[in-house]
This record gives sequence, structure tokens and C-alpha cells, in this order.
Amino acid sequence: MSLILELKNISKHYPGVKALEEVNLRLFSGEVHALLGENGAGKSTLVKVMTGAQSKDGGEIIFLNEKQHFNTPIEAQKIGISTVYQEVNLVPNLTVAQNLFLGHEPKRFGLIHFQKMYADARTVLTQFKLDIDVSAPLSSYSIAVQQLIAIARGVAMSAKVLVLDEPTASLDADEVQVLFGILNQLKQKGVAIVFITHFLDQVYQISDRITVLRNGRFIGEYLTSELPQPQLIEAMLGRSLQQHLVEKTSAEQTSNGTSAVLLSLEGVSVKGSIQSMNLTVPKGQAVGLAGLLGSGRSEVCNAVFGLDLLDSGSIHLAGKKLHLSHPVDAINAGIALCPEDRKVDGIIGPLSIRENIILALQARVGWWRCLSKTRQQEIAQFFIDKLQIATPDADKPIEQLSGGNQQKVILARWLAIEPILLVLDEPTRGIDIGAHAEIIKLIRTLCDDGMSLLVASSELDELVAFSNKVVVLRDRYAVRELSGSELTSQHVMQAIAEG
Amino acid sequence: MKNYTLVSVFSLWAIGASCAFATTVGFSQVGSESGWRTSFSEAVKAEAKQRGIDLKFADAQQKQENQIKAVRSFIAQGVDAIIIAPVVETGWKPVLKEAKRANIPVVIVDRNIKVDDDSLFLTRIASDFTEEGRKIAQWLMDKTEGNCAIAELQGTVGATAAIDRAAGFNAVIANYSNAKIVRSQTGEFTRAKGKEVMEGFLKAQNGQALCAVWSHNDEMALGAVQAIKEAGFKPGKDILIVSVDGVPDYFKAMADGDVNATVELSPYLGGPAFDAIDAFLKGNKDLPKLISTTGDVFTQETAAAEYEKRRL
Amino acid sequence: MKTSVEMMSSEALIEMPNSQQTSSNTPNDRYQAGKSTSFGRYLWPLLALALLLLANLFIDSSFFHIAYQDDRLYGSLIDILNRSAPVALLAIGMSLVIATGGIDLSVGAVMAIAGAVCANLLLLPDIGLGTVVLAGLVVGLMAGCINGTLVSFLGIQPIVATLLLMVAGRGVAQLINQGQIVTFQHQGFAAIGVGQFLGLPMPIWIVIGMLVLTQLLLRKTALGLFIEAVGCNAKASRYLGINDKSIKLFAYAIAGLCAALAGMISTADIQGSDANNAGLWLELDAILAVVIGGAALTGGRFSLFLSIIGALIIQTLATTIIVSGLPAKFNLLIKAIVILTVLLLQSEKFRRQLSGLFKLRVFKGTKVGDKK
Repeated sequence: MSLILELKNISKHYPGVKALEEVNLRLFSGEVHALLGENGAGKSTLVKVMTGAQSKDGGEIIFLNEKQHFNTPIEAQKIGISTVYQEVNLVPNLTVAQNLFLGHEPKRFGLIHFQKMYADARTVLTQFKLDIDVSAPLSSYSIAVQQLIAIARGVAMSAKVLVLDEPTASLDADEVQVLFGILNQLKQKGVAIVFITHFLDQVYQISDRITVLRNGRFIGEYLTSELPQPQLIEAMLGRSLQQHLVEKTSAEQTSNGTSAVLLSLEGVSVKGSIQSMNLTVPKGQAVGLAGLLGSGRSEVCNAVFGLDLLDSGSIHLAGKKLHLSHPVDAINAGIALCPEDRKVDGIIGPLSIRENIILALQARVGWWRCLSKTRQQEIAQFFIDKLQIATPDADKPIEQLSGGNQQKVILARWLAIEPILLVLDEPTRGIDIGAHAEIIKLIRTLCDDGMSLLVASSELDELVAFSNKVVVLRDRYAVRELSGSELTSQHVMQAIAEG
Repeated sequence: MKNYTLVSVFSLWAIGASCAFATTVGFSQVGSESGWRTSFSEAVKAEAKQRGIDLKFADAQQKQENQIKAVRSFIAQGVDAIIIAPVVETGWKPVLKEAKRANIPVVIVDRNIKVDDDSLFLTRIASDFTEEGRKIAQWLMDKTEGNCAIAELQGTVGATAAIDRAAGFNAVIANYSNAKIVRSQTGEFTRAKGKEVMEGFLKAQNGQALCAVWSHNDEMALGAVQAIKEAGFKPGKDILIVSVDGVPDYFKAMADGDVNATVELSPYLGGPAFDAIDAFLKGNKDLPKLISTTGDVFTQETAAAEYEKRRL
Repeated sequence: MKTSVEMMSSEALIEMPNSQQTSSNTPNDRYQAGKSTSFGRYLWPLLALALLLLANLFIDSSFFHIAYQDDRLYGSLIDILNRSAPVALLAIGMSLVIATGGIDLSVGAVMAIAGAVCANLLLLPDIGLGTVVLAGLVVGLMAGCINGTLVSFLGIQPIVATLLLMVAGRGVAQLINQGQIVTFQHQGFAAIGVGQFLGLPMPIWIVIGMLVLTQLLLRKTALGLFIEAVGCNAKASRYLGINDKSIKLFAYAIAGLCAALAGMISTADIQGSDANNAGLWLELDAILAVVIGGAALTGGRFSLFLSIIGALIIQTLATTIIVSGLPAKFNLLIKAIVILTVLLLQSEKFRRQLSGLFKLRVFKGTKVGDKK
């Protein structure tokens, strides 16, 4: 194993923020190197500096014993550092094959050799066990498939260093295994892989070495085999794991009592996404929705929030039948949704934290009765303090916050209108462990205060921790309902697998 | 079946007849951007109706490509002759060649075209813009005895009318050492812009007297009249106003004493055009390449009577 | 770690800020941080305007001179304000449309239609001024609603939807005028364009009135915030309960209304409706004004005040060219160069590179000095 890339004492400052301070990273050929840290620790910034997307303010980058200055990602790509970013950075209107080979298409007589391009594309994707039409537009496939294609593109560019920023965030378990298989093959070929993730079990499954960052500082470099999980979490958080363990007590207590049914779905079907679904959410309880990607998890959330129109069946809230044709109908009934795709459907990027928090309340109050600036500021500051949103002030644009803090702002947005039912779709996706625990605790507190929650999540441990009961979905049907002593992640997993 | 035979016999007769005089003529007009343009179109249509000519009228909406399309469709329809009032001077050679190949005579009216081979068109019927400029300049020089500080409202930059009228005007005032253009800017042939530019001129003059406004068309002059009035001067007395076109509104202003003189730009170009076409079809291959229709200078004395004539 | 939410109860969520929060724990520097960015937004357009006005002083020393004659103020500065009125009005409406992420190409044509309708109504005997003005405004509002419906409810791309009315609208105006320039004699209506009030031309008052009204409508209600939210992220706005389609419709309707006002001013100004030339290409000036005002064409933040500064910059430039005495053929070139300069000044990236160049030179200078 030889040293390919070394980052020495890298510093990067944004106005008012020290994003990186003297951070080091060593990459050896043929290793998977996990880059870990909470949100805002500086992982993404480090990747951007490493790949030329942003300039550094200090330190040096040494690639194969030569000092490098990248000014653009293209320069980094040319010498063999390729990156797959957290958000899919492809062109939705182009075909899958065009996306795979964009910028280095196979040519014949100076023109693009489409036949060869399609054939090559198929070969590359077979490695990923993806059997799809490579001449179809990228946008016709799900986010998970698009993510795999983005990774395949990085692999196809035959890089020496491959940086994967949260590659598994939208993949299901099988797809993750396929990806890991490919990463192992690349390791054999001597490629160095930087792997950024929030899933610690995956870190232990695939990585050889770990570098931990915290608050823009370098904490340490460890061999994965020598760093047990509790110590890793301690390194990431700067405090011990004990404080993060989620207690399940309150959930078990309330589930024994018989609460009145708040929300009920009876025989609800939405074409292509859910089939004759029956589901009840009791008042003051949290109901979890478990299942694989595409099982109908998110689709139930969408139907309850009036985003998808029902083909048959009915939804009742507090005994009244709901007619949902627009999210406004759901909001007026007292239902709120934190959407799965926070960036696209949740945040309003350029607007300030304050505005993002008060918007739903303002929309509810109506356009003609504007909340005063001081009132807005009070509400925003209240939630910034209560949810510990890390920001210098409420006037900062929300897009400059880390994922976890953005999620807290969106939660604050809904808490401000005091819904009776809060629907959370993947509330902890892309969020660091510290924020995980906070959000889970928040869910329990809200239940205790009498709010009901419907939570779809792929994190089974969390789901069983905060839910009073979990409904398991498979292939668009609800297959099991687990509660009480049955409610363990093992049982849920089993139900997902067997039905 | 019988009908078909009848129609084809009739059309044979029509083709035979067309050798003697035109029955169908295509007319590609610039558009309807000014009052003058509209009366020009109407005059041509009326003339055609009177002569029993089937006039195919195409409005190009100020675009040459539309004109070229129209001319091509005239050729395809097999008209007897084509009249073009061109938007711009250049770019006509290919389509004129097509017309020549189809043996269809083309008459250019109003604005000029630039082609190196003048056999591509039959003749051009137009008012001579330079002559218009000369006539109005001479009138102004006679009136002021050659002492005059002039503000010029130019037409659209690059338009033939603007370039030639300015050239004619400047050639005349060059003979008078005390006559000079002191302000010049484009008013884009519109009333609104003429008013705006005149406002600016009056401010920039800052008290220094202007003797006359020379406007490349009546619309701008009418705008300038308003600007002068609003500045507290009397147009037509404190500042003389001369122009070219002779639109009805201008005659009215002249009758009211707000403006002083104009050279009429005759909209009756249809008659001479049809005459030229007929002459050609009757075998006269020797037409002059420019048939001039430059109008006369009109002044306040006859304005009221002329306005009555021109009222719709 | 102390959990943040333990003491939170949903009843208390809204009530608590009143008891807990006072203005004392909102530090001053927070607002200053906010201010410094908005100050930057205002700095460059205002600076550009000031520079342009100063340039005029060199061309014509009496440029800033304002006299009082015939009961009204008279001078180049007044002319600039007066002449910028149509574009300023269009820019108010265009700001809203652009803030929603759209664009309205039809405003110039709507000006022509409104002008044509008013001019033809004025030819009728015994018609009241109120009726004519109302008819003009209704026409503009209708045009705006057509655009808004096409864009928001039928989902046609704004540039295409409004292009339809841009082309068809001028045709409609020509039809109404039957291809003629329709002139009228009506003191009352003419006053909209050439009248004065308290010494200032009426168009200036109309712009001020419209600016104040729109600003109140947007900022004293939540409409302004909703427009910005929809412009930044229409989908997320829909998810949080804003009716994004109605918001867009509203923006186009206001743009139509503003266009009608501008059309009436320019018609009253020359006491005639010129369907071919009224408002011709002014939609582009309006878009330019909004862009000079610092708004992004992709939607989001907007400032009506800055858009009007943009309109003033465009008009100052036009007036400068008229009084400068330069040949008319340079007009468009000069306009392009000045506007490019203004836009470059606004670009943070350009300014940084410019100052980087400057630093480099200083750095080299000291190096030479060191060698000595």
C-alpha cells in the first residue's frame, strides 16, 4: 500500500466561519477510507477542497509526491480524483448512457459513437446489477438508481481516487451490498476510496481506515479494526455514547393505555403506490412506517398530506372524513408533513431561517394579516433556542445551515402552527448522530404533549425506539402491525423480509 | 368533369389575356408602422380595385424574411407582376433572380434596394428623399434669410429616408454660412420619441435660441411641437418647424399655426407602378430605372384647405 | 447533553416567546449583519446612478439646474423622472413577476392595447374621464390575468405564454386603431401625461403612488414574502400551504395593471395612440431595470425601490445621450457599454477579481521596493 494523496494542514474560512482548521487526510492505494464527523464537521468542505470545487486558504495537497493546486473540479478529475457528490449531480434530461460518459464519450470519426456508448454503458451497469434501458432519460429512474448511476460514472472514469459523499443515503440494503461489492473490486485494483456516511455499521463493514473531524478540526486517524464503535462515536461527538442512548420507556408506557383514534385510513389506494391500506394513529402516539424503498412508506405520508389523490378508500381525522386535494386542505385539518427530500420539498434556500420558520404559520394565518417583524423574530428565536439550531442569527439563509439544522428549522416551521398530526418522512436522513438523538427525543416529547405522529423511516433501531407501534409495508400493502413486546428491530426486519 | 374543363379553358384564356395587361399583382408591403404607410397601402389597394387588378397584399410586419417569403409565394402563384416596398436595402438579389427566372417583372416602390445588377427589377417608383430634403431646406433658408440655428430630429438610424433627407438638407444649408445644425439626435420616426428628444434639446440649449426644428418626418415634428409648448415657447413662431411627409394631423397643426411647412410624400405610388407594369407587358422594355414622385412644399397659407381635402 | 425540548408543550409553543423573549436578547450585531448585505445591494445601483448623473454635469453644466416656471419645476432632472415613468411602472410589475421566477414579455404590447382602448373611447362624445381610465386599467388587468392563467394554471412556460400576448397584443392594438395613429383632444386625459401637481409632472406622482401602494400591499401583508418563497422554491411553498398558483396569477395581474398605467401615460403624453410604437421594446427595458436592481431572473428576493433605480439609470442614460451631442449611431453601443459596466460593478466576483488585480500590483510594487 502506497500513499496516493495527502492533505496537510488544510484550512478554509468562510465569512464568519472557520470551516476547516489545519485538517490532515492520508489516502493509501487500495483502501476504503471513511471520513466521519457530525454535520457541519467539515467533511463536505474537505471534499470540495480535495476535488478543486473550492479553493483552500491554507495547507497543501500532495498527489503522488507532487504538490497540486486545483482551481476547478476538471483539473482534479484529469489527474484522477473523481467525486460523486451527495446530491446527484447529473443531467436529468440526458440519457443514462450520456450521463455516464458525459465529457468523455467514445468517438468515431470525431462524432459520438452511440452504439459503443450504449454497449459500454450496459457493461458498466451490469457490474452494479442494474438492468435498465441506457437510452432512457435519467429522470425516468428513481433517486436510488440515479445515485447508483452517479457512482457508476465515477467508477467508469477509472480514477485513482474516488470520493463518495453519502453514497448509500438513498440506497436500500441490497443496493448497498452491490455497491460494496464494487468497492471491494476497486480496492483490488488499487483505487483509494474516500467514503463519507452517517451509517456506522457500513463503516465497519467496508472501511479500512477512519479519519474523524469535529467542528472543522482534525480529531484523529484510526485503523477501523482498532477502533470500537463506542470510541468512534465519542471521537465524533466529543462526549460519551451513554448520553445518546435513546430510552424507550415512555413509548412502552403509553402504548398500554387505550387512546382514542385520531387518524384512520380505510382501504386507501393510490394508483401505483399504495393498495387498500388500513392504518390507525391513536391520539398522543407515534406510529412508525417501516419497509423497503418503494414499499409505500413515503406514499402513505403523501396521501395523508393531500399530495397524492386517493383512488379509493377514505381518510378520517378525529372522526371527520377528510377531502384532501391540496396540501392546504391537510394543513387546515391540522396535518403537517416534513418531506423526505428536504432540499427540494422542504427548505426555501435563499430565505432566512426566520422566514422559513414562520412561513407555514403565516400561510395559515393568511396573507392579509402579516406577522410583525418582532413577532417573527420572537418565534424564530424561540425555536432556535429550543431546538438548538446552530446559527449566529435568525437572518442567515437556511441553505447555509447543515442538514440537521435545516431539518430542525422545518420541524420548527410545523411546530409553530401546532398541528394535531405531524407526519415525518425520513426525519433523520442525512443527519448526524447528535441531531438524531435530539429529534428522537423531540418526537417522544411531542407525543407526551398529546400530538400524534406518523413517521416513515428506514432506520429500524430508531423507529422501534420512539414508536408506540410500527406498521410494516411491503409491495404497497401493509403486511404487519407490531407493538408492545413484539416491537423490536429484529421483528420488524423479519416482517419486512417475510411479511 | 365539365366544370374542370370549363375552368381550364377559362384559365387558358386568362393566361392569354395576361400578355396584354396585368390581372394579378403581388404587393409586399413593409407593415403598417405609420399613418403614412397605412394611407400608402390603402391608396395602392384602391388603385388596383379601380383598374380591376387582383391585388395580393402581404404585410411583412417590418421583417425582410417575411417579405422574401411573400415574394416567393407570389412567384409560386404565378402572378403577372410583383411590387415590393422593401424594409431594408440589402439582401434582395437571390429572390429577385428567382423572379427574373420566372419572367415576372418586379417594381420597387418607396425605399431603395442595393443590387449590382439593375436588370433584376423593372423600375423604382419613389419620392426622391434627397430632393425632399433640398426643397424643405430651401424653403427654410428663404424664410430665415439664411440665419438659422437648427435642431434636427433624425429618423431611425440607417434608414434611407433619414440618410437621404439629411443629405439633401445639409447640401442646401451648406451654402448659407449663418445656418447650422446645432443639435441632432434620432427620434426614431415616432411622436413619443420626437417629444422626448426635443425636451432634451430645449434643456441642453439652456436659453440659447433655436431658430428652427428640422424633423425627418411629421410624427416627430408633432411630438416636438408638444415639447416646445410645454417649455413655454410658441412653436411655429418662436421656433419654426419644418418636416417631410404631409400627414393629415400635420396639416391640421399647420392650419393652427403650430408648424410651418412640409414636403408632401405622396402615398399614391400605386398608379405609376401599375402604369409601369402595363407598359412593360405591352412591350416597352425601355423604362427609366427611377420614376420620381417628389411632392411639393406646403405651407400655412394653404394648410386649412389641404387639411379638408385629406380628412378621412 | 441536555435535551432541548423537554420543557416544551405544544400549548406553550407560541405563548412562550412573549414571556421569555424580549428585544434585549436580540443583539445589535445581528441586525447589523443583515444590514450590511442589504446596504451592499443598494450601494452599487445608487453609485451607478450617481456616477451617470455626475457625468452629465461635465457635458452640461446646467444639468442640475431646476427652475420654477409656469407653476411647475423645469429641468433635466425632472425630465428624467418624468420620462422614466413608463419603464418604472413596468419595472414594478416586472419585479413581482421575476420574483416568482417568471417573466412578462407582453407588457409593451399591453401598453399599446390600453392606450388604444383609451384613445378610442375618448373619441366618443360625452365620455367621463373616470370611465376611460377604468377601462384602461381593466384591460391591463385582464391581459395580466390571461398571462397569469396561462403560466400558473395551464403550466405554460412564462417566456412562451407571455410571448403570445406580446405578438398578438400589438395586433389587437392595431386592430382597435384600424392601423391609424388615433389622436384625441381631451384635457383631462392628457393631464395624465402632461399635467402637473405641486409642480411635478403627473407621471412622477403616478409612479410614486403605484410604488407606495404596491409596497404597502406587499410588505404590510405577507404577499411579498409569499412571492419570494414561491420564486425560491414553488414546490416547497406548496408543501407548506401557500397557494403558489394564485400568487403567480397575482404577480402577472399587477404587471398587467402597471403596463396599462404606463400605456395611458405614454398615450396621454403625445395625445395619441400609436399602436405600432407605444411601449415597443419597453418590456426589455423593464427586465433590464429589474436586473440592474439586483434581482435574479431565477426568482426570489426583489426590491421595488431598486428596480425603480434601475429604470432611472436607463432613462438617465437615454437623456445623457440626447444632450451629449454624440452622433445618433452610437446610442445603442453606449447604452450597452454603460449597462455592462453597471452589471459588472454589481457582480461580487468581478469586484473581487478587480481588487485582486489591484492587490497584485501593490504586491509587486513592494517587492521591487524590497530589492532596493
